[in-house]
Amino acid sequence: MSLLSDIGRFMLMLKGMFKRPEKASMYWKELMRQCMEIGFGSLGIVAIISVFIGAVSTIQTAYQLVSPLVPLTTIAQIVRDTVILEFAPTLVCIVLAGVAGSRIASELGNMRVSEQIDALEIMGVNTKTYLILPKIAAAMLMIPLLVIIAMALGIWGGRLAGTAAGIISPTIFDKGLADDFLPYNVFFALTKGYVFSFIISSVPAFYGYYVRGGALEIGRASTKAVVVSCILILFADYILSALLL
Amino acid sequence: MIEVKNIQKKFGDKVVIENVSAQMKPGQCNLIIGASGSGKTVLMKCMVGLLTPDQGEICYQGENFFSMRQEQHTAIRKEIGMLFQGSALFDSLSVEQNIMFPLDMFTKDTSAQKLKRVNEVLERVSLKDVNHKFPAELSGGMKKRVALARAVVLNPKYLFCDEPNSGLDPQTSLVIDKLIKDLTVEFNITTVVNTHDMNSVMETGDYILYMYQGKKEWEGTRQDIIFSNNKLLNDFIFASEFLKDAKDMRMLEQTGKMPNFRNMDDMIKP
Ligand SMILES: Nc1ncnc2c1ncn2[C@@H]1O[C@H](COP(=O)(O)OP(=O)(O)OP(=O)(O)O)[C@@H](O)[C@H]1O
Ligand SMILES: [Mg+2]
Repeated sequence: MSLLSDIGRFMLMLKGMFKRPEKASMYWKELMRQCMEIGFGSLGIVAIISVFIGAVSTIQTAYQLVSPLVPLTTIAQIVRDTVILEFAPTLVCIVLAGVAGSRIASELGNMRVSEQIDALEIMGVNTKTYLILPKIAAAMLMIPLLVIIAMALGIWGGRLAGTAAGIISPTIFDKGLADDFLPYNVFFALTKGYVFSFIISSVPAFYGYYVRGGALEIGRASTKAVVVSCILILFADYILSALLL
Repeated sequence: MIEVKNIQKKFGDKVVIENVSAQMKPGQCNLIIGASGSGKTVLMKCMVGLLTPDQGEICYQGENFFSMRQEQHTAIRKEIGMLFQGSALFDSLSVEQNIMFPLDMFTKDTSAQKLKRVNEVLERVSLKDVNHKFPAELSGGMKKRVALARAVVLNPKYLFCDEPNSGLDPQTSLVIDKLIKDLTVEFNITTVVNTHDMNSVMETGDYILYMYQGKKEWEGTRQDIIFSNNKLLNDFIFASEFLKDAKDMRMLEQTGKMPNFRNMDDMIKP
């Protein structure tokens, strides 16, 4: 019952978001601010994670492929495909749900609890449009870019680790990367990126915007927002894979 | 003019506002007074539409706020300035940006004009050199004054202040009261102030609504208060001996006699 009413309120929130902005330049400024926070704010952690994930995939794939019949280029192919298909979009988005999602939920929650949202309402600002829309738009602009960066860095990390451990030489790795490359995989990963970035921004915005109570509830709301976003990401990952692959 | 008609508000089973009506006229300070928890903030939030009352109407210029279309709400809201009990400053913005926000959002002024206006209102709330501070770096009373500056920056037609001088020293408190009063008269604003500060009541109360446990217990002007026989009101307003004396002195001044002989013995003695 409460799930259904939550879904209903979520839909109403999305609907309420599409109102005419009072002043375009203010919304543009807010969008840019959110792009900075979500995009650049998460760049460091995304870079670190992708490089290490790529490195670990190379070493573990090499460890599992012991047969001399399998050419070494296969390692590069496997690393490339797992990074592009799964690690870059899904893992990065799960981490972003924690980093950006909890930020969005606690920012809005704090604004709600300290009556800043009410203050905006009283001024005649449409708070759903002003506070939520730029966050979702910024997430959908920046997170797919982060996913692309993660792909590149993941593969680069794999190449680096392969060379450092003496498993595979850079030339063979590069040859493997080019073998049987399917551009569709990148398209699929970006589709996932868009869906996930919508989840990462809208779900925490919902929990933050509707917080009631005090500081304690803000903490609870942002934890809940992260948990729900992660579950929804994994669920959407499964559905998209079943549909599109 | 704002008319409050038979407002009732419940939270769960608890009735917080019960059948309150009032008329708040432009150009005067309309005060809502009452003990902590008597429902002042809830009543004010109903008046501006942040809470929806279970029953009753709030009429702005004769039109019920709760049966208007969304666009009319927005239009009225643009004429409202409100100071919240907890200030509600945007904590990601500096003082200057906070006060400039309504200007940025709703006017086409140039940056220079906006900055001029910001400094003007900051001066009126007697704040200096705080333009680039953030709300977290201000004291409670300074936050209140910044919030008041933000509430009046667009020259509102309706001004709502929830305890504008709680947490201020008596002197600044008087400055703020005077400012609210001056603005109200100067721009013919319909001002509604929640307060339990007796100074403000006696200095600015053109219309006073006394709330007791969610009900309207008494209403009148600051003159009426002195002559009122309402026991609850008298106990609330003139809580201390000092204030009781002040009341009697006022009465003596105005009518030449005292209502009771509380302190007469002391006075007669040499
Ligand atoms: N959101 C809410 N949910 C439930 N009860 C509430 C809510 N807001 C206020 N109340 C109750 O309504 C009553 C009146 O509260 P209100 O905030 O209006 O008091 P007040 O007169 O403004 O007091 P103060 O002078 O301390 O600010 C209180 O008993 C409070 O517990
Ligand atoms: Mg209050």
